[in-house]
Amino acid sequence: MRIAGKGQIDRNKPVNFTFDGVSYQGFAGDTLASALLANGVVLMGRSFKYHRPRGVVTAGSEEPNALVTVGDDPNLRATTLEIYNGLDARSQNAWPSLKRDVMAVNDLISPFLGAGFYYKTFMWPKSFWESVYEPIIRRAAGLGALSGKSNADDYEKAFAFCDVLVIGAGPAGLMAALTAAEAGADVILADENPTTGGRLLSEDEVIDGQPAADWATEVTAKLAAMPNVRIMTRTTVTGAYDQGTYGALERVGLHKPTRAGTPRECFWRIAAKHSILCAGALERPIAFPNNDRPGVMMASAVRSYLHRYGVAPGQSVTVFGNNDDAHRTARDLEAAGVNVAGVIDTRTGVTFDGNAPCFSGGRITATTGRHALESITVEHAGGSRVIRTDCLAMSGGWNPTVHLTCHMNGRPEWSENIASFVPVAGAIPGMVTAGACQGSFDTAACLADGAKAAADILGASAPAIPDADNTAYHITPFWAVEGKGRKWLDFQNDVHVKDIKLAAQENFRSVEHMKRYTTQGMATDQGKSSNVAALAILADATGRGIPETGTTTFRPPYVPVSIAAMGAGAQGHGFAPERLTTSHAASIARRAPMIEAGLWYRPSYFPQPDEATWLESCNREVAMVRNAVGICDVSTLGKIDVQGPDAAAFLDFVYANTFSTLKVGKVRYGLMLREDGHVMDDGTTARLSDSHYVMTTTTAAAGNVMKHMEFVRQALRPDLDVQMISVTEQWAQFAVAGPKARDLLNTVLDTAVDNETLSYMGCGTCQIGGTPGRIFRISFSGEHAYEIAVPARYGASLFNVLNAQAEAMGGGPYGMEALNVLRIEKGFITHAEIHGRTTAFDIGMDRMISRKKDCIGQTAAARPGLIEPARPQLVGLQAVDPDDKLTGGAHLFEADATPVSLNDQGYVTSVCWSPTLGNHIGLGFLANGRARHGEVIKMVDHVRGVTTRCTVCDPVMFDPEGGRLRG
Amino acid sequence: MRITCPLCGERDRREFTYQGDALALHRPAPDAGDAAWDDYLHNRENPAGDTRDLWYHDPCGAWIAVNRNTITHAVTHTALASKVTS
Amino acid sequence: MGYSGFKVIKEGLFGQKGWKPVWRDPDPKAEYDVVIIGGGGHGLSTAYYLAKEHGITNVAVLEKGYLGGGNVGRNTTIVRANYMLPGNSEFYSHSLKLWEGMEQDLNYNTMMSQRGVMMLCHSDGQRDYFARRGNSMVNQGDDAELLDVEGVRREAPFLDFDNVRFPIYGGLMHRRGGTARHDAVAWGYARGADQRGVDLIQNCEVTGIDIAGGKVTGVQTSRGAIRAKKVAIVTAGRSGQVAAMAGMRLPIESHILQAFVSEGLKPIMPGVISFGMGHFYISQSDKGGLVFGGDLDFYSSYAARGNLPMKEHVMEAAMTLMPVIGKAKVLRSWGGIMDMTPDGSPIIDKTDTEGLFIDCGWCYGGFKAVPGSGFSFAHLMATGNHHAPAARYRLDRFRTGRGLMDEEGTGSQHNLH
Repeated sequence: MRIAGKGQIDRNKPVNFTFDGVSYQGFAGDTLASALLANGVVLMGRSFKYHRPRGVVTAGSEEPNALVTVGDDPNLRATTLEIYNGLDARSQNAWPSLKRDVMAVNDLISPFLGAGFYYKTFMWPKSFWESVYEPIIRRAAGLGALSGKSNADDYEKAFAFCDVLVIGAGPAGLMAALTAAEAGADVILADENPTTGGRLLSEDEVIDGQPAADWATEVTAKLAAMPNVRIMTRTTVTGAYDQGTYGALERVGLHKPTRAGTPRECFWRIAAKHSILCAGALERPIAFPNNDRPGVMMASAVRSYLHRYGVAPGQSVTVFGNNDDAHRTARDLEAAGVNVAGVIDTRTGVTFDGNAPCFSGGRITATTGRHALESITVEHAGGSRVIRTDCLAMSGGWNPTVHLTCHMNGRPEWSENIASFVPVAGAIPGMVTAGACQGSFDTAACLADGAKAAADILGASAPAIPDADNTAYHITPFWAVEGKGRKWLDFQNDVHVKDIKLAAQENFRSVEHMKRYTTQGMATDQGKSSNVAALAILADATGRGIPETGTTTFRPPYVPVSIAAMGAGAQGHGFAPERLTTSHAASIARRAPMIEAGLWYRPSYFPQPDEATWLESCNREVAMVRNAVGICDVSTLGKIDVQGPDAAAFLDFVYANTFSTLKVGKVRYGLMLREDGHVMDDGTTARLSDSHYVMTTTTAAAGNVMKHMEFVRQALRPDLDVQMISVTEQWAQFAVAGPKARDLLNTVLDTAVDNETLSYMGCGTCQIGGTPGRIFRISFSGEHAYEIAVPARYGASLFNVLNAQAEAMGGGPYGMEALNVLRIEKGFITHAEIHGRTTAFDIGMDRMISRKKDCIGQTAAARPGLIEPARPQLVGLQAVDPDDKLTGGAHLFEADATPVSLNDQGYVTSVCWSPTLGNHIGLGFLANGRARHGEVIKMVDHVRGVTTRCTVCDPVMFDPEGGRLRG
Repeated sequence: MRITCPLCGERDRREFTYQGDALALHRPAPDAGDAAWDDYLHNRENPAGDTRDLWYHDPCGAWIAVNRNTITHAVTHTALASKVTS
Repeated sequence: MGYSGFKVIKEGLFGQKGWKPVWRDPDPKAEYDVVIIGGGGHGLSTAYYLAKEHGITNVAVLEKGYLGGGNVGRNTTIVRANYMLPGNSEFYSHSLKLWEGMEQDLNYNTMMSQRGVMMLCHSDGQRDYFARRGNSMVNQGDDAELLDVEGVRREAPFLDFDNVRFPIYGGLMHRRGGTARHDAVAWGYARGADQRGVDLIQNCEVTGIDIAGGKVTGVQTSRGAIRAKKVAIVTAGRSGQVAAMAGMRLPIESHILQAFVSEGLKPIMPGVISFGMGHFYISQSDKGGLVFGGDLDFYSSYAARGNLPMKEHVMEAAMTLMPVIGKAKVLRSWGGIMDMTPDGSPIIDKTDTEGLFIDCGWCYGGFKAVPGSGFSFAHLMATGNHHAPAARYRLDRFRTGRGLMDEEGTGSQHNLH
């Protein structure tokens, strides 16, 4: 029911929306909850466990009951959801309808479903848990539902920086922001509401002679005009993290019809030198029998609906409280012309200065009304009476919103004064608190607090404080009415007083045990309203004080944050950067399937029109390299330029083998160990001059090797005069491999090379059409081969030139599949073999570890466990019957052994069909393998259902003498 | 979490890679013996409180020794690893 | 008292008045045969199996806070036996078998639910690696299935298979894996131990370990000195501090691992799924919350809370893998303190001090190990011999290099896992 002349809604802008398919009208500025209440709708949800009918209880983000689904977005709070034309909201957790929900049968058997009952049953018969009990429980559980469709909306993330972050724009926050801004600081003022003002919008108060809401508007306008202030409304600060970092969630388009390009939400990372928490306080309920009927709500929420939205949540309202705010509610209602049927105050000797009857020392002992409150029973000094009422406003006192101060393990302290917890100073470095969130409950104190906090931080003088209400807050703690009936605490999770007492009875006395056993405070509101009362009841049941009982921990986020917001940008291809080689477009044009190689994309193979499978293409490409010439982009290998007088000494230290003895103009294979003695990476390093080397790393390890070398240089060997830089992106590099490699190269090089000028493992500079480049005579295929490097901007061009020449000679480009076959045939290893657990001994390279010098990993590699013959050692494998496949990841056993762990002797790392050898071949690791060449063993791949007899051999299965390399 | 790179200034933790206790700066001699190497590679004081550890600032390539508290995450001092002498 | 459906109904009819304390709150005695430092999952299961398997009941579990308040109460509840390397393979295989009989053994519903654990792979190389792992599992007698893309699609049609940065190539399915109700595991073992006479002593912090002549004689606590013939250190997250009381320095660094739970939602996913191109694993609890986690925050810490970069990375992994959960809202995040060893595998061993034993270094795999760890540790303490499935969890493996169990292949050095 609307009240004329009340509220900050825009009555000139009607808004049409639906709830559960029924059309309603509200106004711009309404939330779904206020608009529904205005339309007389009080039943808005069902509880989690017993499916009890529930109405809205709050007017803020702490709402436990009125949760709805809009479109594919579940669990939205009706209390913060702003309505817009066309909004179609649906209730949750009820079937077939909110009014007639069959799962409400749970409530009838609730005596058997007390706290933790499920730990004591559903154990027999054993197989029934997964097949019967659990599926029923899972179907019954959960609130809203996801649509099952992929997210189609936009979300964003952003960074912001400021001197002072003010969290909350109520009286304290506005004064804090104003004071800080006037002192010249860069200020961000964040508030989760659509407008600033906080509680001032919900109270009938006066500041400096004008309505408080108007004062808030005026200050906000002043702030908005200042260049050093950023006001972020609809923005909830969700978490406090180290060194002044805060997370915040902004509702950008959530309150509007979906529009492409407008993000629904933006997740902010705010780095602030200081922050001032002005988060206010949340009112708490009182536990009394059936205090969960639709129409029972917080007194502060009743005032919010009245003052902000011009809605009377009932025609005949009763008020129940243990503090003066209950009276304030009754006064405001009467002033607005709403009938107040009674003020029930748990305190004795209290009177109400309005028209309604006052029941001092009163208790509510019963309520009626299934889908809406109909009556309450009040017991008081004068006896017992039933009052007809459709709305009960309750106030059990206020809890300061201390949540953010707990995010770094700060524990709030109990304050007898306000019977609640207050934050401890310094809980978050750089954060101070002001206003109601530290227990200052009157407006005058909030204004003064906020100004002082900002002035203190910045060393500025506090400004004049406007005149405002300074009525002191008086409360006599009252948590629960004694007697029969279920007195609800956690409305959403259906935890009532008896559940807490049962936990205590079963010796779940620790507050954490109580929470975990009863699920108190574990619902979507995280016990914002209910936790304090629950632990007061636990304290009482266990004969302890509240401070001694302690609290559970508030953890981030303050309000639930959608995964899409915090993970914005990652959906689809955004999860990781995409690195493309200079030949990428040309490879795509040749219809090569591109596969992920770390962050890079590389061509898998280059299909010809007549080829039906990848294997046909691969076989052709292998034969092409073995018989003619092939081109492969190898730019993804890491390239590190190492220069300085001590470059040689440095490389001797990071590599297991020696590089100081390498002649200028030569290339050497290098083996790099981790300090723990295992192989880190391998590659080739060329010496371009006495003091200049260029190293290559594997594609996968490039970043780690660079970081490692910087560590060695800066941390371990600052004595060496050497510098290094990654040049991976600067050079495009192509392998030219095959018997015709040199012929091909000599068609593009400005100066031809021969075996004299560039012998095997030689290197030097070259020119291609006047462009300077580098040339290395190295091979990863076992063929006569080169790698030619040019500045990256010439890469695309050179790739095309090389391919054109190759195709004229019966060759062409080859991809990763052929590259893999070529290297397996030659026994060259990749990270499939040096997978982090292999030692130099395992791959037969332990003698490469020079003993003439110290190097990384040398000492640890000599540990007995790293050089034992029984370790699996690198071997080649060939199928005994060429029709039998080898498979990667299969395990190795003696020919007649049962394939079980006890008999396990090794595993297969790389496999291929070798068109060159006409057999399935592979590389693997076999216990004592080097001594077992020629032995026939059994390869078993349980998960692919393959068993193959294979012959153990040297890893180098093709051209073991290496004649083709040197030819 | 924010850390000050001695070369670049205060930066977000995202720019850094962690590498563990700064004892890594004190690499034993090759012949220091099993126990010394076991301590260097594996065994840790692992203090609940003040510690010094190593971070790599990816954008500039600096290795940094960071004095830090493992309970509060407070960062009290940072220095280039190459300048750390003790 | 025994629990049963009948009892639940009876108590429902009589106002729940008959439920007894689930454990006693005894004062510590002056002396025990065994003192277990740490009332987490591993400490409680150790106490339970000492009593049940070895008849050793003159045992105290000393807990500085509340029972089950460590990592057993703050994890992603995943149970699996899908390890690859000798040592881990047989240990987790044994542990899973104990999980499968846990509820009947403890007479407590720990809600062990074998809805399957599926690890996704995103390259040919990763598929081969998973095949190797799957074959290890089958060799060990456990279950594993290598799924192709269609197989994965059948299990989890809601994943993003199209237009994605790292396409799904297949997966390794472990159907006997699943989840359990983490707190209930701690409570079930606590109740079982208490019923067998073990004293569970909460709010009792150990401040010193008494050693005389190379032999342990007892502990100093915030509730006075307690003599003991044998002392067990089972204090994941604080292993280094407690071991230091006995003059030990451990191969452990403490790190933060965060985890997350969403609001309750109607069922959308069946079992556990883990992403292969970044640490991300997720399941849906019986209450409907999506429970998920990622990688370490990557800096040594005892703060039991994490920072935004890893939170965001986890959400980003979720969005690229399964954008159907984009509108699920994260309700709560927390951090556990992980004992990270150099090779990522745990330690169950004697120490140089006679009578002093240690069980630590569970990295981020401690929850699924709760039954196996307690069983094997109790065996070691009771018999003096290593229990076969845990025989490789030696302290000296780092010094000798023998039997390193580096499942991830990142190295047997700190900060690489």
